[in-house]
Amino acid sequence: MQFLFRYANPANFMRLSGAVLPFTAIGAALALATGLYLSFSVPPDYQQGATVKILFLHVPAATMAMGVYVAIAICSFLSLVWRHPLSDTAARAAAPLGAMFTVVGLITGALWGKPMWGTYWVWDGRLTSFLLLLFIYLGYMALWNAIEDEVRAARAAAILALVGAVNIPIIKFSVEWWNTLHQGETITTGKLASVYVAPLLTMMLGYALLFVTLWMMRIRTAILERRARNLMQGAAS
Amino acid sequence: MSPFVTLLTRDLRLAARSGGGAALALSFFALVATLVPLGVGADLKLLARVAGGILWVGAVLSALLSLDRLFQGDYEDGSLEIIALSPLALEAAALAKIAAHWLSTGLPLTLLSPLLALMFNLDPASTLTLFLSLLIGTPAVSAVGAIGASLTLSLKRGGLILPLIVLPLLAPAVIFGAGAVAQVQDGLAGGGGLGALGLLAAFSFAAVLLSPFAAAYSVRLNLDG
Repeated sequence: MQFLFRYANPANFMRLSGAVLPFTAIGAALALATGLYLSFSVPPDYQQGATVKILFLHVPAATMAMGVYVAIAICSFLSLVWRHPLSDTAARAAAPLGAMFTVVGLITGALWGKPMWGTYWVWDGRLTSFLLLLFIYLGYMALWNAIEDEVRAARAAAILALVGAVNIPIIKFSVEWWNTLHQGETITTGKLASVYVAPLLTMMLGYALLFVTLWMMRIRTAILERRARNLMQGAAS
Repeated sequence: MSPFVTLLTRDLRLAARSGGGAALALSFFALVATLVPLGVGADLKLLARVAGGILWVGAVLSALLSLDRLFQGDYEDGSLEIIALSPLALEAAALAKIAAHWLSTGLPLTLLSPLLALMFNLDPASTLTLFLSLLIGTPAVSAVGAIGASLTLSLKRGGLILPLIVLPLLAPAVIFGAGAVAQVQDGLAGGGGLGALGLLAAFSFAAVLLSPFAAAYSVRLNLDG
């Protein structure tokens, strides 16, 4: 824990993130470029044709959408237990990124669904639980923005994030239960052919590095904004 | 009288005398149920098919109407601080408020539902299931709603954010509640939709058990300043 506390200090965080940021940014660019190149160079699937390549954009986005929520929940827990302002900043900074990953996951899923299932949207368990996840992100961000007092907003948002973290598995379970009850569509799930593993993993790495880069940038911006605000208030009074 | 019962009866009386009590929520519920056939057509077969879902969604929305005032009125006039200072634990106070909200909205909505189900041409077995599912599930709506209400209690326009926060979290209740009715209609459930009703009961139980703690925590944070 001692390790965590050291970097919970904004000044230390600024120093560390400033040093790490160029590497994650370059890493993200390299991984995404390589991943995209690999995605285009793999042979088309015998069944799905070229649309299989949407997978390389879709799966990492969906994984990140859930991973980011886990990150928010962990930050919220840290913030409620140890009252570290930096973890609030981190949770808030991650939310729009998570929402964007969810949107990317939904859009790429819809674009894949049209040629494969013949429709952009099916009320499938996974799609629906992702749509609900998007609404949970939106509600979380709306709560942050609605409460003016920053400390209160942070705590309220943290409580909501944790309530959501408890509830999301239940939502996922219930939606999947509901889907099997009304099962009409069967989604063929074959094992991933080995040629597709490399581009998929590369893209996942790229998405993860992209998230870390953008997350750190957003946290840094928030810290700098707070400093600027404090300076202006100091100058005004 | 124990403080819990005192708070419960006070909230019920307040709901009945100032907020119009259950009448507003009931009218809203009935109106939603009236508008649906106007929108989807008067085909009785179709209406019977969608009745479980429509009435469940309608009940959740009707219960949401009065939720934003659950803590807000008491917060604005300062009585929430008195309640927090009283020997009654804030968690118990939150539970009392949840119970009062359920008694003044969830329960009346449940009691009205068989009549609306009749108008939707729902068969008796499905109507009974709908009634039971609302009876079991609406406490969860009040309980999860209380978390949202406590988080937004200091907001002037919390009424708009509250549904955005609460509705996704209530998806399981709607799924299991309407699912129980659908199970009976499809003749799937041997035990009268017991599978879905059991899951609904579990969700509702967990929500009522846990949400007073979350709500009390968030009320405390709003009172601390």
